[in-house]
Amino acid sequence: MAGSQGIGNATAADAARAAFAPMSARRLLALGGIGLILTGMLVGDIFAVFVLHQNAAKVGENLAAAAHAAMAGDANAVSASFQSVGTFLENRGTKVDTHVHMIAFGYLALMLAILQPWVALRESTRKKVAWIFLIGAWLLPVGVFLIHYVGLAYSPVAAIGWASIFADFGGALVIVATLACLLGIARHFRQSLRPPLEDVLLKDRSVAGRILLAGGLSLILLGFLHGAYYAGVDLYRHEGMDYSLLSQMTITAAAQNAAALDTALAGYGQLGGEKAVNIAAHAHAIEFGLLAMLLAFFQPYVSLGDPWKRNWAWVLLLGSLGLPVFVLLELKLGLLAGGIADVGGLLVIIALLAMWIGIVRYTGEIDASLPPARGEKR
Amino acid sequence: MSAARRLLIVGGIALTLLGMIYGVWYAVVAEHQELDGMGESLTTSFSAAAKRDSAAAGAALREYKELKNSYDRHVDAHGHWIVLGMVLVVLGIGLERVGFNERLTMALAVGLVLGSFLFPLGVLLQTFSRGPVPKAVAVVGSALVIVSLAGMTVGFAVPRTKD
Repeated sequence: MAGSQGIGNATAADAARAAFAPMSARRLLALGGIGLILTGMLVGDIFAVFVLHQNAAKVGENLAAAAHAAMAGDANAVSASFQSVGTFLENRGTKVDTHVHMIAFGYLALMLAILQPWVALRESTRKKVAWIFLIGAWLLPVGVFLIHYVGLAYSPVAAIGWASIFADFGGALVIVATLACLLGIARHFRQSLRPPLEDVLLKDRSVAGRILLAGGLSLILLGFLHGAYYAGVDLYRHEGMDYSLLSQMTITAAAQNAAALDTALAGYGQLGGEKAVNIAAHAHAIEFGLLAMLLAFFQPYVSLGDPWKRNWAWVLLLGSLGLPVFVLLELKLGLLAGGIADVGGLLVIIALLAMWIGIVRYTGEIDASLPPARGEKR
Repeated sequence: MSAARRLLIVGGIALTLLGMIYGVWYAVVAEHQELDGMGESLTTSFSAAAKRDSAAAGAALREYKELKNSYDRHVDAHGHWIVLGMVLVVLGIGLERVGFNERLTMALAVGLVLGSFLFPLGVLLQTFSRGPVPKAVAVVGSALVIVSLAGMTVGFAVPRTKD
């Protein structure tokens, strides 16, 4: 009995030791996931600074041009202006989608990395699944990014271009890999005689981990509360205003009332800003909260001193709270708040990069503290 | 593994998959058509205004409103199922740190899974019906998520007797 228990422990220790070996499924997903999140955040920050406001201004200018062309009775100019609006919106939409999908897939990769001990598949299969996931997770956002530039060139389908086809294929790869992990977990539950899991990631109670877990959960709750408030108070009002302001534009254009038309245009711009900041604050608070909670579990593998781990945890939380709060304040404080929000995003990126470097530096200190494997000498 | 943890992890991955499969289906089958339709109806509306045809302008704008409502809700359902699914998995992984007894933890887990499924479903149902039922489903779902999440937050703050 004691002997079989010993073998069980050694097997569990073997599994734990192999769990974060170089090029293991867990390490691939952890480093690949943080890499995706970092790239997605950088894309988002570059987009926010260099594209977002300029693009919104162009959309506004072209909408105003369309409305004034309608007032002048020039239907051809209306059509041309809306084509420009469509182009600018597509440019904006595909960049936002690239940013969002890279980060979301990064989170999913981190989660699947944590869940690896429960995925009852051979390590070689899990590695293949991890590679399939990461290939799909890069293919989708890169494909989405290229939609604006590739368009429908040489496309076999009337409405969807090659970039969209590759993006959809990337999404399918991610689904297949996630499904494989789910099947592995279901298989784990079906095994009646399974050795107890020995996973340092789940046992960790370090200060940095606790700071990130508590801070992350609080951010998620704040994000949900803000979302519920926005949905209850502003969402339907904003949707109604969107329609009524556009309606006012067509009516005042037909009536050739330039002053009323400009008032409606200004109101529409203001409405767009209000919607954008509320949705951005809601989404970023929840996503940064989720990121903080995920990173809390990886703290044992961040090979940095404890004070530094704590500092980076606080920096990450500071940036995570600063970005959504100052995005919300953008309507009142203008570009100053926008600049502070961008700094918040940068703080998150720097803290995340520091933790990523810490994980790359990890050389197996924790694994070395586990009981020796069968036939292995200390 | 406790039943609550199993429910959160398996339920969370299933919701994430549902959101992703829905997103791919929507992107392939409907998204481009809806976006093109929105652009076309806006152009038609303003072109009709240029021709001083108020009735046609109004009709095209109403079509735009319908398409925009539908597009926003499809994207919201896709995004919320995935994010809520991921939150469930993370909470499931860290569930052993929640200081409540098994029964209360299970009740919170059930509330979270149910709410996370119902809230985006209610949002999606609004594309089929403007009546009170889809809105009620979304409100009940979001309330379940917020209350259960607040409960979990308190649970993380309560010290476990085992620790």
